[in-house]
Amino acid sequence: MSDTTTEPPVMPEPETEIPAGYDDGQDHIGLAHHTTTGLSNTKLAMWLFLGSECLLFGGLISTYMLYRNRQGDAIGPDQLWDIPFTSATSFILLMSSLTMVLAVSAAKRKDERGTRLWLTVTALLGGLFLAGQVYEFTVFYREGLGYTTSLFSSSFYTLTGFHGVHVAVGIIMLLSLVGMLAKGRIVGDKAETVEMVGLYWHFVDVVWIVIFTLVYLIPA
Amino acid sequence: MSIDNDTHTTDTNSSEVVSQLEHDDLHAHEISDKNYVLIALLLAVLTAMEVAVTEISSVPESLLIPALLLMMAVKFFVVVSYFMHLKHDAALFKFGFYIGLAGAVVLYSVMLTTFHFFIN
Repeated sequence: MSDTTTEPPVMPEPETEIPAGYDDGQDHIGLAHHTTTGLSNTKLAMWLFLGSECLLFGGLISTYMLYRNRQGDAIGPDQLWDIPFTSATSFILLMSSLTMVLAVSAAKRKDERGTRLWLTVTALLGGLFLAGQVYEFTVFYREGLGYTTSLFSSSFYTLTGFHGVHVAVGIIMLLSLVGMLAKGRIVGDKAETVEMVGLYWHFVDVVWIVIFTLVYLIPA
Repeated sequence: MSIDNDTHTTDTNSSEVVSQLEHDDLHAHEISDKNYVLIALLLAVLTAMEVAVTEISSVPESLLIPALLLMMAVKFFVVVSYFMHLKHDAALFKFGFYIGLAGAVVLYSVMLTTFHFFIN
């Protein structure tokens, strides 16, 4: 059979453009994984989880708002807050969102070295924020604000402590991801895995945006 | 198509199509790294404005609180829309997140109202 009689393989054209976030029915290692919604189940689960986290933090924030003036004769927020210091730590967390989004961007470009670099920088900035929070808690404790000192102190430590735990979990996720990327142990779509950790990290940042304004900036 | 390409298998063609789809999907609403830096700059400026407004003692509380809440809301939705890409994401993802957010706002507003938070 001559080459001229062979039908050239036809490149099928996509019928419609797949919108962002929709599953094209293939993963990046070539295995089909159709979903009933046509969307990535992992991403859907992450967004639903973050939606439920809004309810968790909403409860903690509103409880703090309710109790922020209930310190009795004990030390209150106006005597404690160090706004320049908290502003600096807030700025650090905000910038960690930038480095996280740069990591996601690098992962989508399949730039593994860049991804690992930005993920590591994000983890370092997160660690810096957490160190600031530990320092702040230590100062407050030395000033006489224990966990059970007043309703204000309990609600404040519970709210900011819960947020701090979320940051700590995020740092563990980031560093684990760096390690797994280095060892090539990510199964499936690497970019999506980085994006999922990114969504969690950005959520931690948006929660702090709310806490910073409602707890620290709005006068009690 | 050249004769050389005739040797390509169907699998190769499929993976090319998938790659093209991924490429189109990626670039449909892609924000460049430079724009991410500009968005972060905007967030930093808003944070600085928030702090500056609270430091100005002449601003009345009736103006200060709405201004702070507005800047907080702008920062929140900028991060969610652009850093988390929810603005250009699927409607079901938006629904999943915003139903939780709206539920939290309504639920805890009712709770705070019940405890006379807005009156005191």
